[in-house]
Parts: sequence; structure tokens; C-alpha cells
Amino acid sequence: MTTPTPTTGGSASGPRRVVFYATLVALTLIFLTPLVWMVITSLKTYTAAQEIPPSWLPNPVAGYGYEQILNNSANPVLRWFLNSMVAATLHSLLVLVTASMAAYSLARLRFRGRGVTFALIVGTLFIPPTSLIIPNFLIVDQLNWIDTLAVVVVPGAASAFGVFFLRQFFLSLPNELEEAATLDGANQWQIFYKVVLPLSKPALATLAVLSFLTNWNDFLWPIFVLFSPDQLTLPPGLGLLQGSYVTDYPVIMAGAVLASLPVLILFVLAQRHIIQGVSRSGLKG
Amino acid sequence: MADVIEVGAARGDAPPPAANAARRASAGRTGRATPYLFLAPYLVLFGVFGLLPIVLGLWLSVHQWDFQLPNRPFVGLDNYKELFSSDSAVYGDWWQSVRATAIFTVLSVPLLVVVPLGLAMLLNRSFPGRTFFRAIYFAPYVLGVAVIGLLWRFLLDANLGLVNRLLGVVGLPSDTPWVTNMPWAWISLVGVTVWWTSGFNAVIYLAGLQDISPELYEAARMDGANAWQRFRNVTLPGLRPVLLFVITTTVLASANMFGQSFLITQGAPGTETRTVVWFIVEEGLRNNNAGKAAAMSIVFALMLAVVSIANFRLFRYKED
Repeated sequence: MTTPTPTTGGSASGPRRVVFYATLVALTLIFLTPLVWMVITSLKTYTAAQEIPPSWLPNPVAGYGYEQILNNSANPVLRWFLNSMVAATLHSLLVLVTASMAAYSLARLRFRGRGVTFALIVGTLFIPPTSLIIPNFLIVDQLNWIDTLAVVVVPGAASAFGVFFLRQFFLSLPNELEEAATLDGANQWQIFYKVVLPLSKPALATLAVLSFLTNWNDFLWPIFVLFSPDQLTLPPGLGLLQGSYVTDYPVIMAGAVLASLPVLILFVLAQRHIIQGVSRSGLKG
Repeated sequence: MADVIEVGAARGDAPPPAANAARRASAGRTGRATPYLFLAPYLVLFGVFGLLPIVLGLWLSVHQWDFQLPNRPFVGLDNYKELFSSDSAVYGDWWQSVRATAIFTVLSVPLLVVVPLGLAMLLNRSFPGRTFFRAIYFAPYVLGVAVIGLLWRFLLDANLGLVNRLLGVVGLPSDTPWVTNMPWAWISLVGVTVWWTSGFNAVIYLAGLQDISPELYEAARMDGANAWQRFRNVTLPGLRPVLLFVITTTVLASANMFGQSFLITQGAPGTETRTVVWFIVEEGLRNNNAGKAAAMSIVFALMLAVVSIANFRLFRYKED
């Protein structure tokens, strides 16, 4: 990913280069304008946002939208933000611990039933998760997890993706690792913890970031298993916000900005990990 | 490898060969349970939330299962039959949702396969700012459907939205009812999805493009192949496995669409843009017909399996 190969028209002449960069900039406008408009609108007053046609810039720049979402007992947006942060962090940790252990066992240890277990896990990658929503609802209902933190933290960690992803990485590590460590008297737990995990930091970071993003953005599941205003995460919360503010767009956009900021910041910081994770998931095909 | 040496060096006191062999034997013995212990935490999660739902789904689908009723009688294949008999209560809504899902999939997949390929080809050369532009094109994808749903509901608002405002500026009609009327509702849903997820497929293509050896392009160039011929005879064949992956996953993603129509068109006009996933959760979790919804989930999963296999066949064939 990091070493670009000039394959098509690498040595562009002057006019071609202008067209090339113009295309890039036009695309940038298409991808970014909606996000910029979200921020602009979040800084307008209610009346300014109701103007037809809408004004280009917020005049005056107003904190109205943000004040509304910060002092709002019916829509406790900050509470949702906190819930989302805690849920996504715990989910990500749970995936890291369980998937790395399982992947280590499947990639580096030999035992009866390994092939069957792996086939079963990978097999579920082909079942659309949406088709399991109804029975999963029944299960979390039986566990009395509805409307609790656990319901948005735990079930998603059963996904086969993490195990599959880390197993591929562990398989790529040289066999001499275990041999040398075993000669030194290390047991499997020590090899896992002191040798394999430290060598797998990039893969673990990628999985952590992708799990965090997935959980932070999840919408379909939480809107059906979380109810109380205090228990919601941001995505179902934003739906509630839209329900109460309808066309009061500065408020709704302020909520959207708040929900976007952490993942956009995470994207900027961990861009390499996210993009590598995505491109590697394609190469297995 | 450096770490291994460090582990050895840090211990410093390598046991004598005999003790070593004994230790290895004992490691072998305790090792018998070890692989299972490593697997256990994940397998608990996987069993409860990965395998159990499959069994439970099948079981639910042959019962009249209402969350609010104490009696949940076995009804055989009735839940399935109702999906296929035109006089049942769910028939109309169910097939309406299948139709909506099919329309969205057929309209969105070609664009979601071709547009990202264009983006990837554009970015597959070295130039200053390459990483920056790649990040920009990917950025919408890191946002959740809740955010992009609210955002585009607003942008596509007929009166207050930016889209009509911009169209007005360049002299085009500025009163298009993007989210309430046909065919605009489909155009909006497809357009938003292309904007939202193109960066994702583009990144997958980019990795595939970089695996194609530059020598192949060089050879084609020496043979006098023009840009189109190089694309047709070098790029496309080189991308075939990646293309198959992108098409299969994109079809599945489009067929599972929910949030965009739930938030942007809110099913409008009428329930014309209500998708299968939406109808299933509505029937199962809002109307309490878990049995019927489970039957729909299974029929839906089978439909997707058929489509995926067809995809696979189609593209494997072309390889020969």
C-alpha cells in the first residue's frame, strides 16, 4: 500500500497534469462539501437555517445548536456520547482478547477438531448478520440484557472477522519463534503473550480500530435493544434527536458533528491501519 | 526473530538438554488442554451469539412466536407458506420489500463497482498528495449510517437542502422532491450510498492494482497497446479475484441496506423504499411476529446465497 507504482501515464505533460489535478479537486469537493455543510449548519441560528434559499455562511456564527444538545434532559446527547465511547472501547477490547487467543490457537497450535472449528467459524462469515437479528434479540432478552450496556458490547464480538483476520497474520509469523521459545522453557501462554502478541502490534491495532468504528457506528441493532434515553448510544440517539427537532437543522447537525468527530479524528490518526485493514480484507478474496 | 533472541538472552540460564526434553514432554502433556483453553472465551461468544441464533432462527420459523403471548404453538411450515400465498396478511408487504431491495441492489451495485475502480485507477500512480486524496475519498465511509442519514435527509430537503440550492445556482430546476417522490427517492438512496461507500471499494481495488506487475504494462506498451487495451488486457484480468470479491461483498451489502431508506426516505413514497431487512425487524420486533420474521430471515438468507453462488459461477466461468 505504501509504495505507489506508476502504471498509467506516470509522466504526464503540463495540460494533462492540470486535468488530472482538476479531477482530484472536483472529487474532493464532492466528498467533502456535505461534511463542511454539516459543520456550517451546526453553527447557524434556527432562523438562519430556515431561510430559503439557505445562506452560504453562518451569519452570525451561533452556538445555538450546540447549546440545545448540551442542555437537554429529553435528549441527553453528552450521555449518549459517553455511552458510545464506553461501549465501543469495551467492545474493541473484548474482540482483541477473545479473537487473538482463538486465532493463536487456530494458527499455531495443533489439536483435535481444529479444522472443523475453523470451518465452522469461517462458515458464519457467509451468513448475513441481519438474518440473525430476530433470534439474537430473543437471546439477549432471555439474558435480561435489553436496555443495558452489555447488549451493545458483547454480541457483536461473536463475529468471525477478528479471528479470521488475526489467524492470517499469525500464520505469517515464522515457525522458529515457538521452537526457540520452547527451548527456553516458555509455555504456550508465555509464547503467546511475550512473543506473538508483541510481534503482532500492527494487526492488533488495525483490528482494534476497525472494531471500534463498527461498534461506534452500529445503528440497526441498538435502535431495537436500547430504549431508555439514558441508555442510548449516539446512533439511536441521533434518530431520537431528529424525531424531536424535525427541521431544526442546527441542532440535528450539531449532534451529527459530535457523532462524527471521534471517528474522523481516529481516522486521521490511524489512517494507515484502517486502510491496510480494509485492503487486506479484499486480498483474501 | 530479534525478540526470540532477546527472550533467550534474557533467561540466560538455558536448562541442560535432559531437563529441556523433560520440560518439553510436560509442555506436551499440559498442552493438550491448552489449545481449547485459548479458544474457550471466543467459543462461548461464538456459541451463544453466532451458532445458537442459527438454530433458534430455524426453530422460531416453525412456531407462531409472539413476544407478548404465552402460547407459541408449533405451526410447521405455515410461516413460510404465508410468504408465498397471495391471500396472507404479510404477502403484499413482504414482496414489496423484496422488490425494493432488488431495485436498490440492481441500481447501486454497477455504480459501486465501477466508480471506485475509476477512483482507484486515478490514485494508482505516484504524485504529491496521493495519500491525502485517498484519505479524503475514504473519509465518508468512517461515518455511521445514522450520521450520513440525518445529513443527507437535510441536504436533500426540497426547500432547505443544499442540493437543490446548488442546482438552482447553475440554472437547473431547484425544486426536485428528492426524498418523497419517484424516481428521485431511488436516485437519492443510490447516490448517497455511492458517495458514502465508494472509498471503501476503491481502497480494495488499489491494493489489487498494486499487485499487478509493472512489467506487464511495460510489455503491453512495447507491443503498442493503447490505454484502453492496457486496461482491457492487463488491468482487468489482473484484478479478477479482487473484482469477484468486490462484486460479491457489494451485492450483499446493498441487499442488506436498511439505514439509508429508514432515515433518508423513511420508506417514502408510501412504503416503496422499505427494504427486506427493515420489514423483517419491523415484523419481528415491532409487530411481535418473531416466528414469521424468522421465516423471512431464512428465505432472505437463501436468496442471498443463490445470488452469491450465481456471482461466483459467472465470474469463474469468464476465467476460462
